[in-house]
Amino acid sequence: MPEWQQEIRHRLAGLKLSPLREAEIVEELSLYLEDRYEELLALGHPPEAARHLSLTELTENDLLVRELQRVERPVAPKPIIIGSNRRSNMIAGVWQDLRYGARSLLKNAGFSLVVVITLALGIGANTALFSVVNGVLLNPLPYPQPDQLVTLHQSKPNFDTGAIPYPNFRDLQKQNQTFAAMAISRGLGFSLVGTGEAERVNGRLISADFFSVLGVKPALGRTFVAGEDESGAGPVVLISAALWQRKFAAAQDVVGKSLTLDDKNYSIVGVIPANFNLLRNVDVYVPIGQWNNPALKSRSAALSLHGIGRLKPGVTVEQAQSDLDRVMRDLAAAYPDTNKGNGAKIIPLKERMVGDIQSILLMLLGAVGFVLLIACVNVSNLLLARSTSRTREFAIRASLGAGQWRLLRQSLTESLLLAVSGGLLGLVIAGWGTQIALRTLPTTLPRAEEVRLDARVLLFAFAISLLTGILSGLVPAIKSSQWRLSETLKEGGRGTSTGRVRAQGIFVAVEMALAFVLLIGAGLMIRSIAALWNVDPGFRPDNVLTFGLSLSPSMNTASPQAIRTALRVISGELSSTPGVQAVSFSAGAVPLQGEDDLFFWLDSQPKPASQSEMSMALVYRVEPGYLTAMGIPLKQGRFFNDQDDERSQPVVVIDEVFARKYFGNTDPVGKRIHQEGQAPQEIVGVVKHVEQWGLDSHDSELLQAELYEPFRQFSDNALTGGVGGIGVVMRTDGASGEADAVLLNSIRHVVQNQNSQNVIFTPQTMNDVIAEILAERRFSMILLDAFAVVALLLASVGLYGVISYLVGQRTHELGIRIALGATRQNVLRLVLGQGMKMALSGVALGLVAALGLTRLLAKMLYGVSTTDPATFAVISLLLTAVALLACSLPAIRATKVDPLIALRYE
Amino acid sequence: MLDREVKRGSTEMLILALVEERPRHGYEIAKLIEQRSDGVLQFHVASLYPLLYRLEKRGLIKGRWVEKAGQRRRRFYKLTATGQKILAQQRQTWKDFFFALDRVAGINPV
Repeated sequence: MPEWQQEIRHRLAGLKLSPLREAEIVEELSLYLEDRYEELLALGHPPEAARHLSLTELTENDLLVRELQRVERPVAPKPIIIGSNRRSNMIAGVWQDLRYGARSLLKNAGFSLVVVITLALGIGANTALFSVVNGVLLNPLPYPQPDQLVTLHQSKPNFDTGAIPYPNFRDLQKQNQTFAAMAISRGLGFSLVGTGEAERVNGRLISADFFSVLGVKPALGRTFVAGEDESGAGPVVLISAALWQRKFAAAQDVVGKSLTLDDKNYSIVGVIPANFNLLRNVDVYVPIGQWNNPALKSRSAALSLHGIGRLKPGVTVEQAQSDLDRVMRDLAAAYPDTNKGNGAKIIPLKERMVGDIQSILLMLLGAVGFVLLIACVNVSNLLLARSTSRTREFAIRASLGAGQWRLLRQSLTESLLLAVSGGLLGLVIAGWGTQIALRTLPTTLPRAEEVRLDARVLLFAFAISLLTGILSGLVPAIKSSQWRLSETLKEGGRGTSTGRVRAQGIFVAVEMALAFVLLIGAGLMIRSIAALWNVDPGFRPDNVLTFGLSLSPSMNTASPQAIRTALRVISGELSSTPGVQAVSFSAGAVPLQGEDDLFFWLDSQPKPASQSEMSMALVYRVEPGYLTAMGIPLKQGRFFNDQDDERSQPVVVIDEVFARKYFGNTDPVGKRIHQEGQAPQEIVGVVKHVEQWGLDSHDSELLQAELYEPFRQFSDNALTGGVGGIGVVMRTDGASGEADAVLLNSIRHVVQNQNSQNVIFTPQTMNDVIAEILAERRFSMILLDAFAVVALLLASVGLYGVISYLVGQRTHELGIRIALGATRQNVLRLVLGQGMKMALSGVALGLVAALGLTRLLAKMLYGVSTTDPATFAVISLLLTAVALLACSLPAIRATKVDPLIALRYE
Repeated sequence: MLDREVKRGSTEMLILALVEERPRHGYEIAKLIEQRSDGVLQFHVASLYPLLYRLEKRGLIKGRWVEKAGQRRRRFYKLTATGQKILAQQRQTWKDFFFALDRVAGINPV
């Protein structure tokens, strides 16, 4: 076949056409001449004559050149002006790249759509999660100078964040030098009467400058002023915006109206704005002086009081910490009985709010980042494959003077265009994703109200779009800009360079590795959750209902005897309610929900000089029915019975941990313990240990010894003080896990029969409590599972795509092999071998990476190690199997190649 | 041989009419013209392509590189909307012309 292009180019040289145009014309005319040559040969002309004839037609009378001269306008070479503005040339160049790229992408709309959707999913998921991280972790708290805000706790040697006794707090307030202001608060429920049905509302006892410490301004009226939190001050109250809406229809004249809480009339002085979210679901704020609990004056009663404070400007947390340490040391010296060994602990407010969830969120962000990486690699592969079909275009441009950088820029521009389009679509997905996430997130997510698509999130989305574009487009761009002319302008210029195949192979291996790591993480989480669900909490949580009982406010001033009678009546009625198997009142600690402890010493010990030298135990004040209600097995001796009441010998029951710790192998039954100011109590039984702190904490630092006191032997003082909130535990017949509405109604009926102003509140089943404890972990597990599944899908599709593509490229070669006698087996082995090599190197890479990275999950795992062999083995097999499947489909197609068709591929 | 000017004026219409049926490449167009005119009208590469390029420049036809499996890529030309209009106009012009010729000089086109 004669070389036409040389001849044609020779003729056109004088026309000074633009290189691209010239190349086009040369190509088209040479095709024509080829066809003409073939035609003449077919007509019987000898080759030389045919060639001569064809050439003549090209050159006769210089017609071609003359006519073309009229049609095509020559392009004068651009003069290079020294010192001209290179930037404007570059801008014009970039603009040209953008237009060219956009056109090229629109021409391959199908391909572009696949890429944009892939990227949109990855970018969208990342943006959604980042918006959560942004709102919860990055955004400053919505108070003025939020860095100055800290939480205050009293610390004991084995417990950092204990409550602060009120007198200690007052001393800290007076004697510190580093705080601008301090306040204290605790939750307390109130019975609200007088406005509709008697209702239980969540309240908060606060010191006078609670809101001024935070810098929160009231929506209406004012907050408390100094002195209003002293005992004996006039009863005033602040209400929440929600309560204002509900009970007063947001009337503007609510200030000055009165509210009856627990039989006392409070005057409303202000409304707290709706956007105040530090404390959840609080309806009323009452000055702490209004609480007539004598324990408030005690230096040893912590009463769940925790403080907040605002540091003076310029003061660091460390300085404030040592300042408060000094004050506590002074207090320990002044009141060694109660304060010896106590310190203070300061934690920045934000850290206290989000500290637990920080590691989880960051881990999830890392995981979703992996998914995006896999998507990038898939897109890279797609771009790499597509660039093969454009080799001619790039080769011509390269041969005609386009520098490597120029071609690189063009390719990168296209991938950036794809990525930015993906990013825009991803923003839409992120918007939906965030809405869905917020609705299904565990209710314990702090600062959920701050999660939204704000400027920082948009910036993040834009930044990762750019990064994605560069990452996915870089290797294909480099590859296409490196094309050598001779390779591709040869006729039938198809075939892949080994460099390209190797790049694709590496990509697939990387994808597999990333998917492997995510799958391992998901697998470990699943096993942890399963293990946690199976943890024996020490009691049987099925069909256990708990709720709070609040007696009528008139009981606040009733005699202890009257209270005991009322409770006995209610208890009796509840026991005989249909559907109820066992009932018990409970005060003190509640397993998995709230702690309470006491100080004691053993009969065999001398009385310790101060409280700090006494032993501690968790205390549960319960009735005889408690064991049955909770399903706690009795190990030794007996539990309480109806004879154990306020008139009989004081008794207690201990748990196994208590028995082991204080009595070793000797029999504890019959021994006695002492508490300050009380008659000695005899141990009558031992029960199984109950998980108080949570399903996964066997922290030796936390208090584990448990002690049960009979509810009926509650001291008179304690009884009158506790009328507002008594816990009730009940074992029901109910088959479902839900708190049965019918049963609740019966309970309410019984309770209000005794006194119409009795109220029950917050009913929940123990199963619900456990589920809520696991909710955070479950949520992480679900997300991680979702990411792992998506990653596996993407990686499999990526592998499938690459192998398919390679099979397509090798059709010619495979055809020859089959024609030369290769069997289906051989071809299958060849293709599968190539694919599995990529996949298995990916699995190996993933194994190594996972062994290192799972350490980050360590805090969230339970019952399974970060290098659990079973999980690793299963995931390796799973990934290998999926890879095998992904490779087998193209491999089977390869065996069906018809050698004749393949060989015609010229 | 036909007068050159007449030939040029009509060849535009020939090309437009051929690509009206379906997109074609240069060689195909040349061959079709030769075949359908029984060899009376012949195009060579030197005259065909400048004409194609001129038509393309005027927006009457549009060229597109097409790569079919197993073949080298070729440039196919198809009729544009503008080209359709011009073709219709030219057909009408030639019809009127032949009608006038017939009335005056007794030509009878088949």
